Amino acid sequence: MVALSQKLLVTSMEKPSRRSPQLSFDQVFRLASLSSALIVLIVLAGIIGSMIYGGLPAFREFGFGFITSSVWDVQRDQYGAWVAIVGTLTSALIALVIGVPISLGIAIFLTQLCPPWLKRPVSTTIELLAAVPSIIYGMWGLFVFAPLFAQFVQIPVSSIVEGLPVFGTILYARTPSGVGVLTAGIILAIMIIPFIASISRDILDQIPPVLRESAYGIGCTTWEVVRHVLLPQVGVSVIGAIMLGLGRALGETMAVTFVIGNANRLSPSLFDPGSTIASRIANEFNEAIGLQLNALMALGCILFLVTFTVLVIARVLVARVKMR
Amino acid sequence: MDAINQTTAAPQAAWGRVRRSRYVADMALKVICILFTALGAFVLGWILLMLIYEGVSALRPEVFTGTTPGPMTKGGGIANALVGSLILTFLGIVVATPIGVLAGTYLAEYGKGSKLAELIRFVNDILLAAPSILIGLFVYTLMVQPMGGYSGWAGGVALAIIAVPVIVRTTEDMLRIVPGSLREAGAALGAPLSKVITMITWRAARAGMVTGILLATARIAGETAPLLFTALNNNFWFRADLMGGVANLPVMIYQFALSPYQNWRELAWAGALVITLSILALSIVARLIFKKDTSR
Repeated sequence: MVALSQKLLVTSMEKPSRRSPQLSFDQVFRLASLSSALIVLIVLAGIIGSMIYGGLPAFREFGFGFITSSVWDVQRDQYGAWVAIVGTLTSALIALVIGVPISLGIAIFLTQLCPPWLKRPVSTTIELLAAVPSIIYGMWGLFVFAPLFAQFVQIPVSSIVEGLPVFGTILYARTPSGVGVLTAGIILAIMIIPFIASISRDILDQIPPVLRESAYGIGCTTWEVVRHVLLPQVGVSVIGAIMLGLGRALGETMAVTFVIGNANRLSPSLFDPGSTIASRIANEFNEAIGLQLNALMALGCILFLVTFTVLVIARVLVARVKMR
Repeated sequence: MDAINQTTAAPQAAWGRVRRSRYVADMALKVICILFTALGAFVLGWILLMLIYEGVSALRPEVFTGTTPGPMTKGGGIANALVGSLILTFLGIVVATPIGVLAGTYLAEYGKGSKLAELIRFVNDILLAAPSILIGLFVYTLMVQPMGGYSGWAGGVALAIIAVPVIVRTTEDMLRIVPGSLREAGAALGAPLSKVITMITWRAARAGMVTGILLATARIAGETAPLLFTALNNNFWFRADLMGGVANLPVMIYQFALSPYQNWRELAWAGALVITLSILALSIVARLIFKKDTSR
């Protein structure tokens, strides 16, 4: 610090005007940080640009039918996104249905029930779940979870629902191999739990403790505090956290590629193999040429649009709680 | 917590008269929350046990020294993928660190309240959660197509694009908790803003910023999807100029785990164990650095 102030003193004595060499480093530094910050914008623009550039030939060839057609035939060079779109939305929806209650339960446990000494180890454990690479979830899903799932869920459930009107279709496994849309949804649920849980925990932690304590003070049970005090307080920001998890689930690639079965046809059963946009890109991109490449890029474009919308909504909802 | 326990202790005696449904709802919530948390911990434990069970039996000294064997042959290892992964991760983090730190500095120090900074923060948060496979497609269009082939450089850039938002976010958050009085003290000595930032604010926030860089490293070390179309994989040592496919652990694990050959599958398990333990260790070290610094 002494050296710094002496140096400053010298420069200011030599050049009393404000245009000293110090200022030019100042300007360079400012410019460097500004341009680094602009790179963030350029990257997003680049992603959008490359998707549109790559996908345009496919959109031009098939028009709006690209989205609604469920044909994906490499031999005849006919491509439609419908199967992948349905697979993406279904698996992400299953992930939310399973993952959200568990995440909120963990967040409530961490903020309301957990003894202080246990809080840090449990938080770290949940956060480490988020650090595990997605291929590891894929391997676990394919080699450990899927066989168990086939044996203890798919086969018994299929034999129960066989012949029933609605359930006989959506919960019937023709080939109970363990892989399929439902398995992918369950693996995705495990993968998004850490994200939703840790954001919900942060949101719950921001509520002033005095609100909670006064509710306990008039004799409320933990359930009543959660239902009537915390829930109205957090409001839409928890929906933001859930949307963030949804964004993750929609774009998750490797784990899904392992367990979804990568089928190109639409099946009414959740136990049957399907494919998502991301898994189809991962599977076919390296061998794709010509129009197939453009079709995959167009799939990427659709995925980008969907996740972008979801993430923007998430960001707006989560940011609202920080403003207060 | 103690205060709450005391206040709830008194009505406890009168709970016999309280409607039973309240008690049941409360117990149900508590049991469910504890069960769900236990489930989360159980899954992490299960995955680790699976990796150790399958991975340790596949670990031989040769795994760390040999290169990829042919299918159905004895011996060989994953040394080329290990070194390739280290190089790609290093490349990614070396590119991402200056950009991320400077951009985070801009958001925290220069762009307070400006519309541009608000927009960049917004976009950064979206990039933070954007599907990594799209970043792979972007770098494919940007570098692989024009350069005429897969390369380690493209892989490094793809990983850097994933790391930048993480570093931007943590840097900004860490700089924001540095007290304003420190900056004012520097400014009062006549130091220009750049000096205040580099010599005072950065030093005060150093531990947090290092934590952010380590977490970004842990994040990109296990990324597979962006490498599929950029660095691809290679069953041999990579070329010195990093052109052509560069062997790396995640893509190797992906390809070998789905292969029908027993020896490749074993190598995939060995690689999975190595990569997961390294990433978890890195995440824990990052947290310890941050905790040690903030507890002072």
